[in-house]
Amino acid sequence: MMTLRLYMAQRISALIMAPLVLMHIAVMIYAIQGGLTAAEILGRTQGSVMWFAFYGTLVVAVSAHGAIGLRTVLSEWAGLRGTPLNATAWGLGALLLILGMQAVYGVTAT
Amino acid sequence: MADKHQMSVSVWRGGAVGSFQSFDVKMEGNQTVLDVVAWIQQYADPTLSYRYACRVGMCGSCAMMVNGTPRWTCRTHVNKVLVDGHMEIAPLRNLPVIKDLAADMDPFFDKWVAAEGLHHPTQTRHDPIEAIDPASAARVEANAGIECINCSVCYAACDTVAGNPDYLGPAALQRAWSVYNDSKDANKKDILDAVSGVGGCHNCHSQGSCAVHCPNELNPMNAIAGLKRETTRNFFKRRT
Repeated sequence: MMTLRLYMAQRISALIMAPLVLMHIAVMIYAIQGGLTAAEILGRTQGSVMWFAFYGTLVVAVSAHGAIGLRTVLSEWAGLRGTPLNATAWGLGALLLILGMQAVYGVTAT
Repeated sequence: MADKHQMSVSVWRGGAVGSFQSFDVKMEGNQTVLDVVAWIQQYADPTLSYRYACRVGMCGSCAMMVNGTPRWTCRTHVNKVLVDGHMEIAPLRNLPVIKDLAADMDPFFDKWVAAEGLHHPTQTRHDPIEAIDPASAARVEANAGIECINCSVCYAACDTVAGNPDYLGPAALQRAWSVYNDSKDANKKDILDAVSGVGGCHNCHSQGSCAVHCPNELNPMNAIAGLKRETTRNFFKRRT
């Protein structure tokens, strides 16, 4: 069920995710040194184009990567094929994208 | 089994629907699983269907599931597989059953062709024989897979085939990789296209059952990794 195009999309999204995840974890460890408060996090992210672009990119990569992976699981374990399989995968991708972008908007909007 | 001169053998009877039938078979000093099946057919039940030809591990026709593991039965000694004097023999997994122990190999061979695992000549019979350097990197890759005997043990062992009937499977993809690396082959692009579709090499999860169970100790997983590498390399090249 995995074609070359899907395979490439999943690998490239993984390549994008890897450095972003490392940076996300590194910033987390750095930022909590003086304690952790919502105000401090929002102070850093609200109105920041850089953090919007950072987490926006991560969310897009995660949505593509996760949807393709779940598509494979649904195909091999649940026997979904053709349109039901693709529709479900697109749906899952859209759901991940909406939930993720909502969170990104929540912490970066002023 | 308390009697060490006898073993109990459960043999699949029927087609896709069927059941195991138990036979008591005399133990011999030197006995393969195929010998046991042949003994049952000759002395206990002549209606038992199974397939074999060479009996020396060359033809690839006698593979069966022995205690749930795909094996070439002509080269598998009974002592190696017997558990408490018992063993279970079934037709190969992931293939339709014709009858009893004979699996229908058609889907397996159809996929060899679908993977372009066939020769696309560069020359005609009137051309002189081309010199091939056996030490060249491509030839070494091609040679790695050519001892495949088409027994379908890797295909039966593969969980990806079980979950995705379209998947071309380890043997067909390994042959495609051998042909791809053959300097005498004219159609590399068709091979890469053939292994890039819905049943292509990108479905492989690298679980490695093919390499574990291959009776000739080949490594189809490695060949599939090669195909993934080459298709990836060509992905951007061919789009521009």
